[in-house]
Amino acid sequence: MLDSNKDSLKLEAMKRIVAMIARGKNASDLFPAVVKNVACKNIEVKKLVYVYLVRYAEEQQDLALLSISTFQRGLKDPNQLIRASALRVLSSIRVTIIVPIMMLAIKEAASDMSPYVRKTAAHAIPKLYSLDPEQKDQLIEVIEKLLADKTTLVAGSVVMAFEEVCPERIDLIHKNYRKLCNLLIDVEEWGQVVIINMLTRYARTQFLNPNINESLLEEGGSGEKTFYGSDDEEDEDEEEKEKKAETAAMAKRKPYVMDPDHRLLLRNTKPLLQSRNAAVVMAVAQLYFHLAPKAEVGVIAKALVRLLRSHSEVQYVVLQNVATMTIKRRGMFEPYLKSFYIRSTDPTQIKVLKLEVLTNLANETNISTILREFQTYIKSMDKDFVAATIQAIGRCATNIGEVRDTCLNGLVQLLSNRDELVVAESVVVIKKLLQMQPEKHSDIIKHMAKLTDNIQVPMARASILWLIGEYCEHVPKIAPDVLRKMAKSFTNEEDIVKLQIINLAAKLYLTNSKQTKLLTQYVLNLAKYDQNYDIRDRARFIRQLIVPTEKSGALSKYAKKLFLALKPAPVLESPFKDRDHFQLGSLSHLLNAKAGGYQELPDWPEAAPDPSVRNVEVFTLLERVTTLTSVPEWTKCSSREKRKEKKVEKPFYSDSEGESGPTESADSESDSGSGSESASGSEVSASGSESEESEEGSESEEEEQKDKKKTKKELKKPVQESESEQSSEEEERKHARKSKISKSESESESDEEDESESESSESESEDSESEAEVKKKKKAAESKPPCKPVKKENKKEKKEISLLDLDDFDPTPSPQVTPVNSFLSSSLVTDLEGLSLSDSVLAPATMAPSSALKSYELLHRITGEGLQVEFCFSRQPFSPDANMVAVQMHFTNNASADAKSLHMEDVKLQSGMRVREFPEIELLPAGETATAVMGIDFCDSTQAANFQLCTQTRKFFVSIQPPVGELMRPVFLTENEFKKEQGQLMGMNEITEKLTLDATCRNEHTIVQRVTAAANLSRVPCGSDKECSPPVPPPDHPVYRFAGRTVTSGSLVLVTVVTREEGAAQLTVNCEKMVIGTMLVKDILLALTQ
Amino acid sequence: MIHSLFLINASGDIFLEKHWKSVVSRSVCDYFFEAQERATEPENVPPVIPTPHHYLISVLRHRIYFVAVIQSEVPPLFVIEFLHRVVDTFQDYFGVCTEAAIKDNVVVVYELLEEMLDNGFPLATESNILKELIKPPTILRTMVNTITGSTNVGEQLPTGQLSVVPWRRTGVKYTNNEAYFDVVEEIDAIIDKSGSTITAEIQGVIDACVKLTGMPDLTLSFMNPRLLDDVSFHPCVRFKRWEAERILSFIPPDGNFRLLSYHVSSQNLVAIPVYVKHNITFREGSSQGRFDLTLGPKQTMGKAVESVLVSSQLPRGVLNTNLNPSQGTYTFDPVTKLLTWDVGKINPQKLPSLKGTMSLQAGASKPDENPTINIQFKIQQMAISGLKVNRLDMYGEKYKPFKGIKYMTKAGKFQVRT
Repeated sequence: MLDSNKDSLKLEAMKRIVAMIARGKNASDLFPAVVKNVACKNIEVKKLVYVYLVRYAEEQQDLALLSISTFQRGLKDPNQLIRASALRVLSSIRVTIIVPIMMLAIKEAASDMSPYVRKTAAHAIPKLYSLDPEQKDQLIEVIEKLLADKTTLVAGSVVMAFEEVCPERIDLIHKNYRKLCNLLIDVEEWGQVVIINMLTRYARTQFLNPNINESLLEEGGSGEKTFYGSDDEEDEDEEEKEKKAETAAMAKRKPYVMDPDHRLLLRNTKPLLQSRNAAVVMAVAQLYFHLAPKAEVGVIAKALVRLLRSHSEVQYVVLQNVATMTIKRRGMFEPYLKSFYIRSTDPTQIKVLKLEVLTNLANETNISTILREFQTYIKSMDKDFVAATIQAIGRCATNIGEVRDTCLNGLVQLLSNRDELVVAESVVVIKKLLQMQPEKHSDIIKHMAKLTDNIQVPMARASILWLIGEYCEHVPKIAPDVLRKMAKSFTNEEDIVKLQIINLAAKLYLTNSKQTKLLTQYVLNLAKYDQNYDIRDRARFIRQLIVPTEKSGALSKYAKKLFLALKPAPVLESPFKDRDHFQLGSLSHLLNAKAGGYQELPDWPEAAPDPSVRNVEVFTLLERVTTLTSVPEWTKCSSREKRKEKKVEKPFYSDSEGESGPTESADSESDSGSGSESASGSEVSASGSESEESEEGSESEEEEQKDKKKTKKELKKPVQESESEQSSEEEERKHARKSKISKSESESESDEEDESESESSESESEDSESEAEVKKKKKAAESKPPCKPVKKENKKEKKEISLLDLDDFDPTPSPQVTPVNSFLSSSLVTDLEGLSLSDSVLAPATMAPSSALKSYELLHRITGEGLQVEFCFSRQPFSPDANMVAVQMHFTNNASADAKSLHMEDVKLQSGMRVREFPEIELLPAGETATAVMGIDFCDSTQAANFQLCTQTRKFFVSIQPPVGELMRPVFLTENEFKKEQGQLMGMNEITEKLTLDATCRNEHTIVQRVTAAANLSRVPCGSDKECSPPVPPPDHPVYRFAGRTVTSGSLVLVTVVTREEGAAQLTVNCEKMVIGTMLVKDILLALTQ
Repeated sequence: MIHSLFLINASGDIFLEKHWKSVVSRSVCDYFFEAQERATEPENVPPVIPTPHHYLISVLRHRIYFVAVIQSEVPPLFVIEFLHRVVDTFQDYFGVCTEAAIKDNVVVVYELLEEMLDNGFPLATESNILKELIKPPTILRTMVNTITGSTNVGEQLPTGQLSVVPWRRTGVKYTNNEAYFDVVEEIDAIIDKSGSTITAEIQGVIDACVKLTGMPDLTLSFMNPRLLDDVSFHPCVRFKRWEAERILSFIPPDGNFRLLSYHVSSQNLVAIPVYVKHNITFREGSSQGRFDLTLGPKQTMGKAVESVLVSSQLPRGVLNTNLNPSQGTYTFDPVTKLLTWDVGKINPQKLPSLKGTMSLQAGASKPDENPTINIQFKIQQMAISGLKVNRLDMYGEKYKPFKGIKYMTKAGKFQVRT
């Protein structure tokens, strides 16, 4: 049937084959026939063939190779899902010969632009690793790359791969730690489990023990003390000790301050306790148990108790873990005591575990209720459970002194139970209890002696005999009689009982040799000929010891001491006592044995490792925190510092531009953009005089120094970390700069010219400014390339990290800062606003077009009753949420009265869209203006966001509809990357349009300007037209390329404009999202032809 | 992580196996059978069994053991939770999860397992995504397929996996747009001999059946959200919104799903809606025992207590019973000693009772344990905790959906000790 032409027949055949596989029958004979169909068109046949292939490829390696080419073709498919599935099957075929092919495919897929394909690549890594562990080094490289990925889809899978391939390479995590913490909540649930477990280990190596004081105390205290020692004592002791330990700890170490990253982890995992997935809840619980300060661990109890409603298997695992936790942190679960009460319908293993938890939770206050519960349990029909209950009672009795007598009486009553098992278990427990205070309870011993006639369970008999032997002084009359009975039945007893009979005989011989001498001899003789060598040995040994002969040495003198020494009372312990050295929730913990591949949970480090290792990319995160929480002064100085920083950098970077242009292609590419821009600046207003420039230069230097002083002062204050980081980074850069400057001073001059020209043009455009303001403007101008330094760094790192990252990087004194400090005086606000504007004006090509931002009217002055609102797309990344488009709102109050509490309300959005509202503007005095920034996630659609703009008195319905060009953010690509990506976005995803360029729009500058004005894209520098060196005339038919990504989904948007003679041109847009592509074509067309 | 999966039926046959990595011989299941023999009851098989080279993690559902084979350290709950998810998916696809259903649909099962796990790591477990990949079998589709030879594998490649709302299918269309929510509360209680409550708590869930076109964004608010003490959400619920405003805001998956499960804070006293008067005695020496049981409603706020079912595991010594129910029917299984009494609705005017005698093994001493009584019941149109949904709003789509909310109270693990 497989050879048939009809798909339906093939399908039928494949179904039968799969059914055979499922039943475990061997279908490998059919391999050649099946493999032929791997290229079949029918999807279901194809899938079933894959199933077959993956199952049998290992056995038939040569034939399996036939199918490889199909998958290789699939890897090149434009559809991401087909690429992914091809990679999936390819990597699942366990054939050693194709290892190189797999490696290649994984590497390629790891840099695929579809996150789904990258996820599949991450999945493929452990597969390849298990096939050929020698590839480890290369795989680690791939993992490292994927770890840097920002999408939630990939995170879980790559951490999984990390855990399988190189869990010891904890250094790979550093840079991604904060990102992982922040992404965690959006990762799919299975990924969450893996990431949380990994982060637990990570945190153990990187942070200090938050319970450092307590742990000191534990070391000191728990050595000889049992956990069960009565609570009062312990509490008191603890307090005392705590005081001592605290003082000791104070002396030894600095007071503990939690690392902010540690806090971040705890904060971000907490909501996951609410997950519906038990595995996630458990993972968070263990994280808290292992990492959180004692006071905070309590939050997990509620969630764990909730899991007890789940399936019995889940209960089983959770109870095991709860049992371990209750030993260490009893207080945590005490409020939930009743949740552990046992129902008759629970399976036995659950009952036993619940009992364990109840026992651990018992203390003076609740013991009476617990014992009452236990009493009902004893009547249960489930005998194993009853036995466990009796043991539990015994443990409660040993732990809590007050109830010991009650327990003992209860247990003695059980001795008259009809069920032998119950009696036997009670005897064993009573024996243990009696050992604690035998003198009081001789009547119980007598009672038990009587029981020997009835009880048949060997363990119980042995226990009774031991008891009588041990305390024969308390029951002098009965003991010999018991021995007599036992001697009679000696041959029929079990081994443990026999051993105890010998023991009893020996002890009686020593205390009461008159009555028992003959009996002892008799027993020993019987034992001498026993089948079991243990018993024979014991008999021989004891005979030598106790029966005095001429040969017997010194030992027999001490026989009495040997046998009748005081024995310490046993401690009844929970079987879960020492389990907490395993990571909770792990398989090893459950089995109390190390499972293969288990990663030890490391101990806390003595001193915290350098926290700065995590800093690299963290800028933004910290920045966010600071901007949101800090006082305005601080924000100001931080931003100022940044400005200064940028100022310092500038000459350096222009240096390197000129210098490295000819040699490093990457450099020249990225910088050519800015080069062209500065040129444009000069065109617009070429009136900047050089003298002015130099003045300004010196001025700015002074500024710089002042700033430095200031920051130094600030640094002395205990400010937040970011500052020091920045400054250190900055210093590094300075070093670099110095060396470079010395190399090429002449070049730097010319470059400076360019830039300062543009600056001056800027400053000229605004009239009547005071000195101070000029300075400010200057600084703003300097604030231009926050991304530049980074770019540089990236390049140094083989430019592996895509420049996307830069967007996040842009901390600037930008609009995000201003709205927060809305209580700054409005003039300052406008100043800052000016800054941000000029910022974008001067931003390098990657950022924004040189033209001013187009602003749209949101609320007209008349309809708004004096309140006028305009908005523009600031093209800054919206730092609180990278998926949002930043919208800058400009409020002007033209009315005569003050407007109060400006805020948003009643946001109506299309599905999927989200809005981050701008902070309320408390007061907008008449005639003043204010700015605020809000973020909108348009979900890559041009649907409008509707909301109400409210003042204290009025509400206005307004809506913001984005032009398609604003739904993207610029991306830096090299020409080659651009071409490669373009190659993957052919066909349906490509839209081409011919056009005639407007007469005014034929030079390079205007084209670039118009395109970038229409859409937030960045110019792709091309190596061929050497823009950075103006003297060379541009080629006749230049090609302009622009690249961006949509803000929400991150799909690439590639725009190409090819110019021909006579203003003819061709516009091509490649975008996965066809709707966006079409709209963009329209917009750009309009921009270029108008 | 998960190497292989074996499905074992009640009689100990392995009727399906699936391997995600190298093949693991099915002889590994021998260890499982050993453990099964040791355990007296089917549910007492330990969920995790270590063997020399592998670990077996099993769950028992619908009298089928799902045994996963793993080789190295992995959180056991991870595997258990996944296996339960597999069972839920099967149930979702085939209506029931029985051996027969699985055997009939072995190809679909295989395709599902293939999609759910890649190299032992979960890939797509959302039922909405799976349904896009593999269409669930229906009678109509099977007929069409046999005639036309078309397949039940989705022609379209799934896009849901790539979107920001992975739980929702794209391109959903309905002519009738409806959203139904069932607030179901269960009372877990243990009542002691004298009728006083030892523990009682209320656990609730909100199950939803949402059939709405497009990408609706729903918000659901409660009149008294403070009642909810501990909640767990479907991943679609926006947690921040809940934290801040106590409002459930979500883009729902398509079809049936559990939106929320909650626990009502224990400070509130739980109203127990039924009471039981019982008198079960065994006399020493005689081979007779007396059995007397009466049920009555209490604190039901005027609502009728329906579908009442009483069951009790009688002691092993009981040979047979001779009982007389005032309403409903009762059965006694002399092998398992399980007594069930299907009461039906409780009429407050005429309380249902079950009276009679039990015959005991002659000569044997009287059983010293008293049976516990498990009760199930339902009360319609009432949530015992008093939880009330305030309103449901939809954003993002133009049409007006039909909305419905239903309340119900059920007995969860409701036990009366005697």
